[in-house]
Amino acid sequence: MTDTGIGARVARKEDKRFIMGKGRYVDDIHLPRETYAYFLRSPHAHAKIDAIDTTAARAAPGVLAVLTGEDAAADKIGGLICGWMIHSMDGSPMKVGPHPVLAQEKVRYVGDHVAVVVAESLADAKSAAELINVSYSELDPVVDPGEAPGSASLVHDGIERNTVFEWSLGNKEGADAEFAKAAHVTKLEIRNNRLIPNAIEPRAAIGSYDQAEDSFTLYTTSQNPHVARLVISAFVGMAPEHKLRVIAPDVGGGFGSKIFIYAEEVVCLWASKRIGGRPVRWTAERSESFLADAHGRDHVTTAELALNRDGKIQALRVHTIANMGAYLSTFASSIPTYLYATLLSGQYNIPQIYCEVDAVYTNTAPVDAYRGAGRPEATYVVERLVETAARELKIDPAEFRRRNFITQFPHQTPVIMAYDAGDYHASLNRALELADFRGFAARKAESSRNGRLRGIGFSTYIEACGIAPSAAVGSLGCGVGLWESAEVRVNPVGTVEVLTGSHSHGQGHETTFAQLVSDRLGIGLEQVSVIHGDTDKVQFGMGTYGSRSGAVGMSAIAKALDKIEAKARKVAAHVMEAAEGDVEFRNGSFTVKGTDRKMAFGEVALAAYVAHKFPTSEIEPGLKEGAFYDPTNFTFPAGCHICELEVDPETGTVTIARWTAVDDFGTLINPLIVEGQVHGGIAQGVGQALTEGAIYDEESGQLITGSYMDYCMPRAEDLPSFTLGFVETKSPSNPLGMKGCGEAGAIAAPAAVMNALTDALGVRELPMPATPQVVWEAASTRQAAE
Amino acid sequence: MPAVAMKVNGSQVSGDVEGRTLLVDFLRNQLNLTGTHVGCDTSQCGACTVLVDGRAVKSCTVLAAACGGAEVTTIEGLAKNGKLHPMQEAFREHHGLQCGFCTPGMIMTALDIVKRKGTSLSEETVRHELEGNICRCTGYHNIVKSIQAGASRM
Amino acid sequence: MYEFTYHRPATIEDAVRLLKGSEAAKVMSGGQTLIPTLKQRLAQPSDIIDLSGLRNTGVSVSGSTITIKAGTCHAEVAESRDVAKAIPALAALAGLIGDPQVRHKGTLGGSIANNDPAADYPAAVVALNGTVVTTARRIAADQFFTGMFETALDPSEIVTAVEFAVPQRAGYQKFRNPASRYAMVGVFVADHGGGNVRVAVTGAGPCVFRQRDMEAALARSFTPDAVKGIGTDAANLNSDIHASADYRAHLVGVMARRAVEAALAG
Repeated sequence: MTDTGIGARVARKEDKRFIMGKGRYVDDIHLPRETYAYFLRSPHAHAKIDAIDTTAARAAPGVLAVLTGEDAAADKIGGLICGWMIHSMDGSPMKVGPHPVLAQEKVRYVGDHVAVVVAESLADAKSAAELINVSYSELDPVVDPGEAPGSASLVHDGIERNTVFEWSLGNKEGADAEFAKAAHVTKLEIRNNRLIPNAIEPRAAIGSYDQAEDSFTLYTTSQNPHVARLVISAFVGMAPEHKLRVIAPDVGGGFGSKIFIYAEEVVCLWASKRIGGRPVRWTAERSESFLADAHGRDHVTTAELALNRDGKIQALRVHTIANMGAYLSTFASSIPTYLYATLLSGQYNIPQIYCEVDAVYTNTAPVDAYRGAGRPEATYVVERLVETAARELKIDPAEFRRRNFITQFPHQTPVIMAYDAGDYHASLNRALELADFRGFAARKAESSRNGRLRGIGFSTYIEACGIAPSAAVGSLGCGVGLWESAEVRVNPVGTVEVLTGSHSHGQGHETTFAQLVSDRLGIGLEQVSVIHGDTDKVQFGMGTYGSRSGAVGMSAIAKALDKIEAKARKVAAHVMEAAEGDVEFRNGSFTVKGTDRKMAFGEVALAAYVAHKFPTSEIEPGLKEGAFYDPTNFTFPAGCHICELEVDPETGTVTIARWTAVDDFGTLINPLIVEGQVHGGIAQGVGQALTEGAIYDEESGQLITGSYMDYCMPRAEDLPSFTLGFVETKSPSNPLGMKGCGEAGAIAAPAAVMNALTDALGVRELPMPATPQVVWEAASTRQAAE
Repeated sequence: MPAVAMKVNGSQVSGDVEGRTLLVDFLRNQLNLTGTHVGCDTSQCGACTVLVDGRAVKSCTVLAAACGGAEVTTIEGLAKNGKLHPMQEAFREHHGLQCGFCTPGMIMTALDIVKRKGTSLSEETVRHELEGNICRCTGYHNIVKSIQAGASRM
Repeated sequence: MYEFTYHRPATIEDAVRLLKGSEAAKVMSGGQTLIPTLKQRLAQPSDIIDLSGLRNTGVSVSGSTITIKAGTCHAEVAESRDVAKAIPALAALAGLIGDPQVRHKGTLGGSIANNDPAADYPAAVVALNGTVVTTARRIAADQFFTGMFETALDPSEIVTAVEFAVPQRAGYQKFRNPASRYAMVGVFVADHGGGNVRVAVTGAGPCVFRQRDMEAALARSFTPDAVKGIGTDAANLNSDIHASADYRAHLVGVMARRAVEAALAG
């Protein structure tokens, strides 16, 4: 290893441009003769569009075009798709309602796209939009997912009971049998609250049509520009792929919300063509992000655990209603199914698991992946149940977990996943130590003397990352393969460009990917550039989500580097006149065994391009290799988070006193960056538990939490500094032994907080977000009971 | 349209603005200083924070026309002759940023904190003083460390 | 934002003249509430009269009165040695408004003229028996705040200063709305001596109000225990997703008691 290689705690290469204000985000880019788009959005949750009169708007100052769903249909602009087919228990395919880029006939949520105005300035576009006269006939909105199947109102005509699918996983009879003979059953009703992702950079797009070339360019805030190109090309039908370039430059956070293909980016492309090729730009205002970014979570769940006399888990039964919102977003159907139910075994040996998921349409924004995507929901179910069961059985929660941990690997769960490596005892033990668990009783007593209630909560979570083996996800209904691609270009002077299909929007790939190259080729970080986010530069890629860029994206790079090394060795052998088998490569130098002959990597690169000293009939000149890597299994990051908090029972204020996280991510490339990922994830998980929740008015379907005035983002003061530790069991499923670290905090944290809070308050259940009012009510009720 | 003249990052600039033009739009669109970002529309996220006459303000909530004669410092004005400001350096060293979008506002706010609270800052002080800045990536842990470290080197 | 004509008068007389000369003009002080409102196109003024050019700022102390000019920003009040010496609770309150950036722009005059039901300053003005000085007259605090976003100001009247009575002791406690940072409940308690105690509550109802039962109890005994058990009628309080009226009523009691504790801790 070099001091900049794998495991090195180096500062990020990409930081300089960001701290100097020189980042280049979509809204920073200006094209000549650009125009501005403004979307007229539905003020109603559910209504029939009787007529749209755009006459006055079209005549308004600065207006270039006013387009509606009818225009899109006339131009044969296809709708948006959901790329993962789920079949119901009865074998029927999921029911997919049409998802036009501009509403046709009906609007289905507040914020739904009704029309677009393109004008010389944003102010002109906005003013003109006020002149569009839409006649609506309001319909009863379907707001509560629990009531959606029984509602007389249908979000999509012809989709009965507002039900997308009724899906199940596991063995019902087997689970029922265990419940029938259980010594103890722990049952919880759980609402996994709806969240709004809120990357601080709002979504933005610039669509540009080149009349001469008949080609399109899209600048967009995307986590996966190639997938965007694929969908906009193959399904929306905008243009064939070679005529559509998608560029995702610096992107200011994604957390899942920028995976999806949205109406606005498609409309900007289409509108540019409609107005003769002038670029059309759009940047979301935050209020639009609240309304029309895909939301996350939103499950209504009943879950129960069957236990034997020894406190061993025998079975788990779960029924979940998953809110999909008004339309099926790009990967929506996979989230509450294969990314959720497959993780319900947690870190535990559970002989029988059975899960049913009913996905429903409601008149709310589409719901799709948000940091963790299904896995936080699963962890929340399992860890709340386990903690509650331990308390009911009066077994120490740590001991209860130990009793049920999986200890042998590989381990086949009853819900598809085969865990390949882990050491759950190690992470729990280390976390207990770092959290000074022994000192907790004294700290609790001290809090009590100050009129405060102190509690502690564990979350021993698991997730499945490294998404994903293509054939496996294909058999489960995924419409694409989830491999990753990479290309390594060595320049004649020995510097390296890595082209990757992964996309960095905060994860630090320009550094970690360069560290891999530095490690393998023995060259400095400054000699490596990482290029991503442009479909004209990178041939293909599946993008960044599901903590896959390390385990899958870097594995592709590693594979390409294997090929580079193999070819360079051949070249070096010829130049040094040695047998290939005698050439060794170490610390950036090729040497010939038993001699002092030596060539630096850069010299070999030059020799490869000069091509004077090897037979080009056998070895092609140049040094450039590509690779596609398809993982052999998911990876299974796991760990233990411990939250210790204090409640002011008079006001309901919760203060997190300590946070300890011990995670097993396999190989760490850059601990500094990994720690940052954990910190951010925890903050989002704490947000879910304590402050964040999207609320729609039950009657009108209006989004009440439509701005930062009402949707509470965690601030610096709401969080403590975190104590982190690591356990390392390498993943056997990829060449680097990596597992993924991007989502762990968000997956682990909500259960840790709520387990701590219920411990502090001495209550069994508490809804998320546990706002001061919720906590105060629980504390008061408890006090009254005493 | 009224003309406005002000000093931005040490240089005298002027431009025609509408009454409704926000300072952030003047900076981004007319001066092409795109390091100052817009992350919300309710004056809460702080990504647009700049210094006006030495004090941190949210440039999305200030009219450009109202800044006539003012001295404005943006993130682009901190590095001198290619040398990073100690606060910028501290953010890099302590991994105080991930996606980078809130970062300019965080750094400008940090300078304001140092000006008001000095160079020896407790964690509690920094966390409290960051109430006008939202970050979604870092969980604030490393931002707090960066600001403490940057302050101590100023 | 809709278009408007921007004015930045140099004198208060010019400001009043501009205000009188236009039907749909609006006065802007720090702009921290007005600009977000304009951005959302919730208001369409023909003219914006920016008072920042008046440089009407500063704090002065004379005898038992502290006068703060209307254009003084919250940060200046929070950091003022005079305010901290005379009425530390007022300096503390100013330091709790919004966030540091907002405190650099937002002003006392702008805050009270807007009279947001969840703003902090109205509680101080009422509890400190303030007098609002305008371009036309002097208005006692009890007459100034007339309802939600409503004041006794005439359309062409501009606040120029507020005079606060320096109390013997005072305390302010705020329970923030965690999202917006406005007061979900804020209670300002001021003991003016001679049995004259004022307790002003903001955030809880549609407009700042005095909690007379607590005032009477504290007049008898200015101790935290004195307010224990004194309820506030939830029927008149706000209820929203963050806090029910009952919760707000409860918080009024807690914040009042803590405000008394803060006042006694001095």
